[in-house]
Amino acid sequence: MPAGLAELLYLVASALFVVGLKWLGSPDTARNGNRLSGAGMLLAVVVTLLTMEIVTPLWIVVGLVVGSGLGYWAARTVPMTGMPQMVALLNGFGGLASLFVGAAEFLRYELRGETIPTETGITIQLTLLVGGITFTGSVIAWAKLQEVMTGRPVVFPGIRLLTLAGLLAALGLGAYQVVTPEAFLAPFYVVIAIALVLGVLLVIPIGGADMPVVIALLNSYSGIAAAMSGFVIGNQVLIVAGALVGSSGVILTRIMCKAMNRSLWNVVFGAFGGAVAGSGKSAEGLTVRQVGAEDAAVQLAYARFVIVVPGYGLAVAQAQHQVRELADLIEKRGGEVKYAIHPVAGRMPGHMNVLLAEANVPYEKLVEMADINPEFPRADVVLVVGANDVVNPAARNDPGSPIYGMPILDADHAQSVIVMKRSMNTGFAGIENELFYLPKTAMLFGDAKASLSKLVTEMKAL
Amino acid sequence: MTGGIIEGIVIFTLATFLGVELINRVPPTLHTPLMSGSNAISGITIVGALVVAGGGFGWISVVFGVGAVILAMMNVVGGYAVTDRMLQMFRRTEKR
Repeated sequence: MPAGLAELLYLVASALFVVGLKWLGSPDTARNGNRLSGAGMLLAVVVTLLTMEIVTPLWIVVGLVVGSGLGYWAARTVPMTGMPQMVALLNGFGGLASLFVGAAEFLRYELRGETIPTETGITIQLTLLVGGITFTGSVIAWAKLQEVMTGRPVVFPGIRLLTLAGLLAALGLGAYQVVTPEAFLAPFYVVIAIALVLGVLLVIPIGGADMPVVIALLNSYSGIAAAMSGFVIGNQVLIVAGALVGSSGVILTRIMCKAMNRSLWNVVFGAFGGAVAGSGKSAEGLTVRQVGAEDAAVQLAYARFVIVVPGYGLAVAQAQHQVRELADLIEKRGGEVKYAIHPVAGRMPGHMNVLLAEANVPYEKLVEMADINPEFPRADVVLVVGANDVVNPAARNDPGSPIYGMPILDADHAQSVIVMKRSMNTGFAGIENELFYLPKTAMLFGDAKASLSKLVTEMKAL
Repeated sequence: MTGGIIEGIVIFTLATFLGVELINRVPPTLHTPLMSGSNAISGITIVGALVVAGGGFGWISVVFGVGAVILAMMNVVGGYAVTDRMLQMFRRTEKR
């Protein structure tokens, strides 16, 4: 294929990415948008295969088949609750792939004893650095969300200094490599090693509750790494697509930070940090009111307006379908049901919407925080299912709380509240919730799925 | 890459601004599919991986090239498939 034609087809692929992303912005066109962008990717791959002089086709075919197979298998089998981890992991693979591309280009020059042009040298170093950080950072984010490692911030004295020193060392070594005519192997390996360690150091001090922000940011990094590798091999479709992803990640990160009322700096450089210990109110001396499924069912059956606050606990229990069944019963009795969706409900922005969509809850019933908050005083019952921090009034009125200032759902303004919870354990952020101790709040303990099934049975019997 | 570096920077910068404009208007409902969908696009590094794998640089091509192809393909196929799986569940109120 002539180079000019390949360039034009790459341009078509880039255009498909742009239109695909645009279409992803509306529920009616999103699925086609994703397919369009997938078509762009297929086009880019085919053009690349046709353009280059393939020397070892067998290996490439093996790579393509193995990678596609593993990716498809993972996409089919991952539960919807595991989506944030899945995105984190895929993101990490993309970062590592970019690192490999940069490394291979460097080694190629070194093997042939050629001088690396300055601009190529710079972009190779940046690819190694960003790709490495993306990879290990994503793996740590995955481990925290998968609960392979603790979700709590992991810090040790001097971690920030070490991180900064590592970053400076990597940049310094990279610069040294760029200005040195011959490629030296030792600094090259050191840069990669530092990048990998930096990814770990940057993410371990961040608490599990902040992982959505981290994933959004790492998503941006993987785009930047791809764009940098585009500079390395001189390919424009890589630059365009990488830049699109890079900016989308930054925008999503900003949206998330806004939702949590924190600055990005604050998230990355430790607010939850070691400060959690000692702050926040203790629950000692306070008692909660328990309620059984029968009473709760009666309360719900005669409510005119019910707001459901779904949280991650609902997703873990796979109880989306039971919630919907319950909502159907309430509606059949003439009540109105809405779902209050906190921007960080679940573990990623929009995660809860996906989970409820899986249970066929129409998306017009999912109401965003700003729109639902004025409606809480009108609600007869608020049903909190497996949510905790996002309904904690401490965020409004306790300056000592680590989540102070985070926008919350005003569940405590409702006429009455039923909280479905496994136990009195604290939430993901590890903070006591005073909502549970209010006189108008009743606790319905147990597994969310079992409790909801019981509620459904009781309500049918009424 | 020779000479095209400025061109590359121009393209990179314009695409960055374009990305901001495209994504600012997405409703929160779609943020998770968007994140995973754009993550799939970052798998475009597959193009670089193929160039390296097909470059015929001996063991470098086999180890790094094929390694990168596998990783990038997982990102691409996994990303698009999982996004499609999420999006197929979004639907309006059923007609009763």
